[in-house]
Amino acid sequence: MSAGVLIVGAGHAGGAMAAALRQSGYAGAITLVGAEPLPPYQRPPLSKAWLKGEAGPDDLLFRPPAFYSDKSIGLRLSTRVAAIDRTAAAVTLEDGQRLPYEHLVLATGSALRALNVPGVASTGVLELRTAADAERIKAALAPGRRLAVVGGGYVGLEVAASARSLGAQVVVIEREARLLARVASEPLSAYFARCHAGHGVEIILGASVTAFEERAGAVAGVRLADGRVIACDVAVVGIGALANDALAAAAGLECNDGIVVDERCRTSDPAIHAIGDCTRRPLPRYGRTMRLESVPNALEQAKQAAADICGRPAPKPEVPWFWSDQYDVRLQIVGLPFDVARQVVRGDANAGQFAVFHLDADNRLQAVEAVNAPGEFVAGRQWVGARQQVDPARLADTGLTVKQIIDPAAPGAAGKP
Amino acid sequence: MPKVTYIEHNGTRHEVDVPIGLSVMRGAVDNGVPGIDADCGGECACATCHVYVDPAWLARTGAPGEMEKSMLSFAAVTQENSRLSCQIPMTAELDGLVVSMPEGQH
Ligand SMILES: Cc1cc2nc3c(=O)[nH]c(=O)nc-3n(C[C@H](O)[C@H](O)[C@H](O)COP(=O)(O)OP(=O)(O)OC[C@H]3O[C@@H](n4cnc5c(N)ncnc54)[C@H](O)[C@@H]3O)c2cc1C
Ligand code: FES
Repeated sequence: MSAGVLIVGAGHAGGAMAAALRQSGYAGAITLVGAEPLPPYQRPPLSKAWLKGEAGPDDLLFRPPAFYSDKSIGLRLSTRVAAIDRTAAAVTLEDGQRLPYEHLVLATGSALRALNVPGVASTGVLELRTAADAERIKAALAPGRRLAVVGGGYVGLEVAASARSLGAQVVVIEREARLLARVASEPLSAYFARCHAGHGVEIILGASVTAFEERAGAVAGVRLADGRVIACDVAVVGIGALANDALAAAAGLECNDGIVVDERCRTSDPAIHAIGDCTRRPLPRYGRTMRLESVPNALEQAKQAAADICGRPAPKPEVPWFWSDQYDVRLQIVGLPFDVARQVVRGDANAGQFAVFHLDADNRLQAVEAVNAPGEFVAGRQWVGARQQVDPARLADTGLTVKQIIDPAAPGAAGKP
Repeated sequence: MPKVTYIEHNGTRHEVDVPIGLSVMRGAVDNGVPGIDADCGGECACATCHVYVDPAWLARTGAPGEMEKSMLSFAAVTQENSRLSCQIPMTAELDGLVVSMPEGQH
């Protein structure tokens, strides 16, 4: 029997890859090697429902444990791949054992950027990437505990919201002049700043962290460049992620802030595919390449790679999308705001229900950020994919239904999608 | 255990046991039934778990909620009997449920 497909990284992308191969009828051996002790699980709930105690451990799993044995998918957990030997078509594990492959799929994900300041090793300075990290954060949060979140990105803000609902006091410290500076439009940043303040979160912008103060080895505060010290009992640091591409780079595969892949997830070695957070991928809709850190991206790339390995036609391209839950706010973003000439806000941010539409110079829809506006999100997904031209005035007119924006003949009551 | 029959767009049928309390979406993905993407894992955030409920079962699956209705309003090929399968929890009354999948979820 051939060595089959060996998948390195048993995260969302790796799990989806194994499932997609079997769905595509792949009959060879599949082995999933993962450094974490758990079978593939979903990270999004770790900062959301799971942290708040609204989801259990089984809800996290990508597939039930029996799935892997039923589908003859070999799982090697708590096992790290140390090197790739492309000439021999085999990988070496940390304990020196070698595993051969016919196709290798790298699904190594991303790792959190380290904050290299004094005191970062104190007890109570935590980060959130894995289920084990989430357990530590949950154990450290309780009513009255003071949490400092360093980094106002999506994960940080979700942790802040979940911690508030657990009764903790929360301060968010962000280096940029606004929250979500790299990943959201200004109206959206402003909305989330108001929303968190309204829930009692203190937000400190334009502040860089220079040290963690400690008392008897445990974190006691966060020191800022202006000399202020923000007292806390727990700190969660989330200042961005870096692609885990070292394994690929050491094997001589082309990397450029991520493993470089094509639209079929092929690397510079035809026997090796790469998928998920660890890749730099083409975005045909925008004529660019980019690193995307999202579950839909991991799933789309798993389908692309599985189709390629099975010699099937490529799946239909998808429009990148993302979601975030904070308090009772559901944010859904579709598309990427490249080449934007104007922004149109539809709805009322003060009422907590609105969408920011991003148009290019020809009024083609590039991206939509929808806050508690699922109709605008799903319409936006189709329009972005179709490069739909939209009339800005009609977009802003909430007297029209979403359908009526592009189809004046569409029926429907005002305010309804 | 109650059973659900999933019919792929190409007509392939899958009869699967779905534990009570689990969603109809989960029943499909946990058993590797193709045709349901479920990008968001059941949070009613993605509309990629779209199914058509066999008309005979519509009364028992009930009506979609507000958020689900909005999400379905633009799904590529929405019909009267469209639902997001992550929003249908399995019950004893749904034993024998038949759903079919659209051609694609994106
Ligand atoms: C708290 C949190 C909340 C999030 N919320 C959202 C959300 O709401 N929506 C959304 O779309 N995305 C969200 N994301 C992002 C999403 O989880 C990631 O994009 C997704 O997990 C990427 O999947 P992946 O398989 O590429 O990487 P990962 O899931 O990180 O999996 C990679 C795996 O590879 C393993 N690995 C690495 N190197 C090796 C090696 N050498 N040998 C063996 N194993 C190795 C790692 O241990 C890891 O288990 C969130 C992420 C976090 C952390
Ligand atoms: S799984 Fe995402 S809406 Fe049902």
